[in-house]
Amino acid sequence: MDIDRLEKIDAYAWQAPCHGPMRVPAIIYATEDLVEDMDDKVLEQITNVASLPGIMGAAYAMPDAHWGYGFPIGGVAAFDADEGGVVSAGGVGFDISCGVRTHLTNLDRAQIIACQDQLADALYSTVPVGIGSKGRITLDDAEMTAMLTGGARWAVEQGYGCAEDLERIEEEGLISGSDPEAVSHDARRRQRREMGTLGSGNHYLEVQEIAEIFDPEIASGYGLKLGECVVTIHCGSRGLGHQIGTEFLREMVLAADGFGIALPDRELASAPIRSEVGQRYFGAMRSGVNCALANRQIIGHLTRHVFARFFADAPLPLLFDVSHNTCKVEPHVVDGRTRQLYVHRKGATRAFGPMHPSLPDALKPFGQPVLIGGSMGTQSFVLAGIETSEERALSSACHGAGRKMSRHQARRTWMGRQVIDDLRARGIIIKSPSQRGIAEEAPGAYKDVSAIVEVAENAGLAKRVARLVPLVCIKG
Amino acid sequence: MRTPGWEHFPHDADIGILGYGATPAEAFEQAALAMTAVVTDPRLVEPNETITIECSAPDLETLLVDWLNRLVLEMATRKMVFSRFEAVIHNSHLTATAHGEPIEVARHEPAAEIKGATFTALSVAHDRQGRWRAQCVLDV
Repeated sequence: MDIDRLEKIDAYAWQAPCHGPMRVPAIIYATEDLVEDMDDKVLEQITNVASLPGIMGAAYAMPDAHWGYGFPIGGVAAFDADEGGVVSAGGVGFDISCGVRTHLTNLDRAQIIACQDQLADALYSTVPVGIGSKGRITLDDAEMTAMLTGGARWAVEQGYGCAEDLERIEEEGLISGSDPEAVSHDARRRQRREMGTLGSGNHYLEVQEIAEIFDPEIASGYGLKLGECVVTIHCGSRGLGHQIGTEFLREMVLAADGFGIALPDRELASAPIRSEVGQRYFGAMRSGVNCALANRQIIGHLTRHVFARFFADAPLPLLFDVSHNTCKVEPHVVDGRTRQLYVHRKGATRAFGPMHPSLPDALKPFGQPVLIGGSMGTQSFVLAGIETSEERALSSACHGAGRKMSRHQARRTWMGRQVIDDLRARGIIIKSPSQRGIAEEAPGAYKDVSAIVEVAENAGLAKRVARLVPLVCIKG
Repeated sequence: MRTPGWEHFPHDADIGILGYGATPAEAFEQAALAMTAVVTDPRLVEPNETITIECSAPDLETLLVDWLNRLVLEMATRKMVFSRFEAVIHNSHLTATAHGEPIEVARHEPAAEIKGATFTALSVAHDRQGRWRAQCVLDV
């Protein structure tokens, strides 16, 4: 992207001022280098988002922003229903509430290495992963409705995990306002045997070592100790979420003309928040959120079971569970007054600062954990929400590295077998049913996440707490 | 170049599929084959079992998205992959049969799970050689 098209706010913030149909500016948080590296579509898309009705503040792009559907991935935009604001199915995406959770293990690297192969095998055979895999749980209609309403809380009631987990999950494990009636029969059908499955693509379950501490005080508050290990799970709402995204994207695209919303880009499929389809979408999308929260809770539970076979005392307490494809209603101050805003975070993570009322007491002094997944075989980061993030981007941060090479090209560049062997030589065990999938996920296909999180910190979005390196990676 | 065919095209985090043929229906069949190829090599898929699909849309482009998403739904719920298609399109109404088999992970080595067909880079149109091209990006 040509940086001359933007005005510099500071070394880490660039603005496309209002022009043409834009109602608010577009702001990109990145260094000059990162901006130059970003594809032009990011600016085009964030400019389009800035022209949607009822948008407040600005349309924001995170340091890892790249080309998405309507919204760039790494896009944040908030709307006021009182100002005719819209909700966009494209602004949430096909994997509703895809997110990341991290469990502490209180085990050190040596303890994991001592049984690394067996642990990898046990995790791989216990957590269903990849296409064609079946979950251990089949839900009938009534159970499905209960899950869509109860989220992770439902999962705990079914015996997956414990009540203490819930306060470490966004929305305390269940988002209110879900409407299972708005979820189609096809979406339910698609989810019936998928509970507790990891999926494929960039989803994973990793056992990671805490390799570096950036902020000792917050790390201590989070329970992160250098040399100890954690388990991180990255997945979303599975087939149910994908089906809801598919159906509502279509419905909103076809209905947009009728609402008089001039879509500069069909993929920006939106509807007024207060419209019937907008409300129905919220009901369905929140069901998708609950599905994702329940799914990660179940997989967390399966993981605890595996660890219990190897370690006498490893309860694996949950540090936190974040989501990065959602639209949530949150109070924010815009133009001097507090408004209830509908905040879309598409490939972006909520990052509430210290003392935010939604945080559990134990985490309030430190800010919300922001879990940033790296690409396979590289590194991941734990960040903490900070106060400046509210003013910068409505308490939002990036979500991961983003690809720098298409799947198409990655398959032509690497062989899955070679990637697995190379990582094994570095002490990392990859387990996956698909070598082609591994090639597509090769480390070289992704941007450098360490550069992204450093920029996120310098831009005032979230601060680095710890760096994690993988020991075992289960991928679909 | 009159023979029907398919291609993939790169799209950042996801994948673009393109089918071409003498008619829109033929292009749609090829697009479906291109979609299968995202998951596995179509040559590995035996067309043993048959399903039928019927859908309608306000225009050809939305019909392409609908067709592909119906296949995605069938693949996901039946845990199958498909390698042969016969489609008839009349006034943006499609009836089709798809032939395939249950996924066998060891044999098919499925590479990616398709979440859905999107409106990104969506186009159903004639090209300069007079072929019909049907394309869009799949979210994987």
